[in-house]
Amino acid sequence: MLFLLFPTNQKASMKQTTILKMIATVLGSGALLCAHAATTLTVYTALEADQIKAYQAEFQKANPDIEIKWVRDSTGIVTAKLLAEKNNPKADVIWGLAASSLAILDKEGMLSAYAPKNLANIETKYRSAANPPAWVGMDVWGSAICFNTVEAQKQGLPKPTSWADLTKPVYAGKIVMPHPASSGTGYLDVSAWIQMMGEDKAWAYMDALHKNIGQYTHSGSKPCKQAATGEFPIGIAFEYRAVKTKKEGAPIDIILPSEGLGWDIEATAIVKGTKNLDAAKRLADFSASKDAMGLYEKNFAVVAMPGIAKPDPLLPADYEKHLAKNDFIWASSNRERILTEWSKRYESKAEPKP
Amino acid sequence: MTSLLHPPVLPAANTSLSAASIHRAINRDKLLSNGLKYLLLVLLLLALALPLVAVLGQALLDHSGHWAGLTPWRKLISSPNFLPMVLRSIGVASATALLVVPLAYLFAYGLQRTLVPLRGVWRAIALLPLLAPSLLPGIALIYLFGNQGLFKEWMNGSIYGFWGILLGEAFYTFPHALMILLSALSLADARLYDAAAAMGAGSWKTFRTVTLPATRYGIFGAFCVVFTLTITDFGVPKIVGGAFSVLAVEAYKAIVGQQQFDRGALIGLLLLLPALLSFALDGLLQRRQRAQMSSRAELLKPRRQWRRDSIYSLILLTISGALLVMIAVACLASLVKLWPYNLQLTLMHYDFDNMDGGGWLAYRNSLRLALGTSVIGTMVIFTGAWLMEKTRGQRWLDSSLRMLSFLPMAVPGLVLGLGFVFFFNHPDNPLNFLYGSMAILILCSIMHFYTTAHLTALTALKQIDPEFEAASASLKVPLWRTYLRITVPLCLPAVLEIFRYLFVSSMTTVSAVIFLYSPDTVLASVAVLNMDDAGDVGPAAAMSTLILLTSITVSLLMHWGLGYWVRRAQAWRHSVTSD
Repeated sequence: MLFLLFPTNQKASMKQTTILKMIATVLGSGALLCAHAATTLTVYTALEADQIKAYQAEFQKANPDIEIKWVRDSTGIVTAKLLAEKNNPKADVIWGLAASSLAILDKEGMLSAYAPKNLANIETKYRSAANPPAWVGMDVWGSAICFNTVEAQKQGLPKPTSWADLTKPVYAGKIVMPHPASSGTGYLDVSAWIQMMGEDKAWAYMDALHKNIGQYTHSGSKPCKQAATGEFPIGIAFEYRAVKTKKEGAPIDIILPSEGLGWDIEATAIVKGTKNLDAAKRLADFSASKDAMGLYEKNFAVVAMPGIAKPDPLLPADYEKHLAKNDFIWASSNRERILTEWSKRYESKAEPKP
Repeated sequence: MTSLLHPPVLPAANTSLSAASIHRAINRDKLLSNGLKYLLLVLLLLALALPLVAVLGQALLDHSGHWAGLTPWRKLISSPNFLPMVLRSIGVASATALLVVPLAYLFAYGLQRTLVPLRGVWRAIALLPLLAPSLLPGIALIYLFGNQGLFKEWMNGSIYGFWGILLGEAFYTFPHALMILLSALSLADARLYDAAAAMGAGSWKTFRTVTLPATRYGIFGAFCVVFTLTITDFGVPKIVGGAFSVLAVEAYKAIVGQQQFDRGALIGLLLLLPALLSFALDGLLQRRQRAQMSSRAELLKPRRQWRRDSIYSLILLTISGALLVMIAVACLASLVKLWPYNLQLTLMHYDFDNMDGGGWLAYRNSLRLALGTSVIGTMVIFTGAWLMEKTRGQRWLDSSLRMLSFLPMAVPGLVLGLGFVFFFNHPDNPLNFLYGSMAILILCSIMHFYTTAHLTALTALKQIDPEFEAASASLKVPLWRTYLRITVPLCLPAVLEIFRYLFVSSMTTVSAVIFLYSPDTVLASVAVLNMDDAGDVGPAAAMSTLILLTSITVSLLMHWGLGYWVRRAQAWRHSVTSD
């Protein structure tokens, strides 16, 4: 009985899988179908490794007949990979990617709209506006400042409380933020400033802030980590990374600037043309379910279903109220223009700062 | 004279070699060499040219598939700061080449032409950077000279920018230059040096008139490789580039940050120019290069000169020391709990299964990729170089092969990787089944590293007198037999060098394969990038260290396991002079 030999768990050695796949192909697709007791879903994600483990375990408890194969990378790479594969998509489901990225994929017609079972209980601003929605939110991540208290004391830096504070001359060369053209987290800040302050004031603000920036990093997680080591004492980051870094023992304070926070949604969507639509729908159902929200809640202060989140001792209880107004459609349709202007203003200096 | 230099098949004493039979033999050889060349051409077209065309189509066609003309170019050039960025990229790449090539030349000279003690050790240390992921120098530089670095006073924060890129790229490109120059300096005809001495030339004059001209080709090759490696690498400038923006990072930002494939591809096209230029110059130089080892050559053996040997010992010690410090710092980073506040030593960063990047499966996959790439790649590339160097076919065929084998050096990995996605994942492509497999990763890696391996093979092959082929042909020895019995053994060190280079490079490669891996083929090197991106420098350093140790182990095993064969095949180098 060939299918008895066929490995159904991921840990089976590759060589075995390849050989068996070859045999199965030779015996024809009938044998292959027999051999596959379970459906395999290819899921693209930008979730963190430890989150993937927890989410997968819970999903498989409820759906033992569906096996997940993960393709995990940073938000930019996953989005680029999905777009590059547009003619012949390899992913069945996207579980845990920025809504701003999913909006791009949606514009390209790559997503298959679906209303998951628990949709009625999902906050309307945390799902795509279309009906049925192209993507459904999981949780929200907003900007936060990581402030290294040890270095601050050493270098005599006062603790900032607002975005405006960061432009004070005392912070010259001490601040690090993600490059908005490389990192979604970087763009999220820039777009939030423009939406909060208006174009003219926001550019004037960034002109002043630029004088204090020590480095623009190419990843959204780095600024908080660099603040944690004191490489640059102040990092413009986001709350999930800030909380995690502080819990790991870094000497940082988490500051939520008083003017309001830029934010984005982590969301789930089904890829158009998937050959496993039923299984994909079950995954989408799970991702929007109350059980899943309970898992997201362990990592994020705000989840897409109201009434689930519990306050995190490191964040204020009314965290959600700090989020600024954010128009995703405006942000994505103005992206190229804003980034060109940004690059004209802040990338012209040939020499690095002393 | 060892038996190797005799033709392996001696004709019977009174067999007359009629013109007709020689003619037949040559025809048969021609058939074989042309057939193999066509095969190679097909491979290079399928795995290199067509993917590139696919990605360039993104840049040169508009959305409806029509020729977009100059519009995308105009848009690129008119974007703010474009020209200064081009100048910065050229500037930092030239500076790196001007720093690295002379240092590597001194190093190679010390190893090949002096009696410095412990030459094997220095050589091994100098090649270490090849074994490390390109993020490692970035990590090390920040721990050394960053704002919290061990020697922060030295650079005072200015490591982020030109100096960071220069130092990081120097570390990363040094062994590439060294490999080419070692090969160039490995053989020399002692008779030329005797003649120079007899005519009363001093050591400087001898160097200028004998050594330097004989190694011109190697110097040129090394310069081109360092320049193009630097200008196309985004790993180092991404970490320590600061505000010093360069083209490779701009392509990264376009593709990864904004998913503008067209803009990324245009920049990729621009980055092809240095390689095309190298190709043109290579053609010019080649016409002037003569084989150094004629069949009557006497191998040069360096003599003891205390003053020179001491100076070179000092040079080798300094350069090796600098390289070792970088590596040691990165290893240390992988063992420290929380830099710089909690310096307790720990192994927690090695717990890969709880981190991004696929854990130990990724590590095993990397091993398989490295083995596949080195075994297949060595056979293809060395045979290819030999065909191009030692056999003559149609002109167009030879020159297209030559151009295609120079191309990979200049193609940024991200662009090559995207090209593979567009080409191999196209629903109408019959090769579609390769997509997502280990085979496509191997294919992509072979293409990505083709040029350096090719140059190494070429440099070694150029030193063998074409008379061997001619003599074999006139004795009716089949071409493939000459190749296997004479050429390969004569070049065995270069062949093994290529094998090792391909192995260690595929252990560390990131940029091309990052778009190509599937859930079953996650890779350790990609894990390093992901961990560093997440800001987890400790685990990134840990995985880098593991990759480094693996490559060291493999290199040592090769050294001990195959050392016997090399010594046997290379015995002629030592016996030529004792004849």
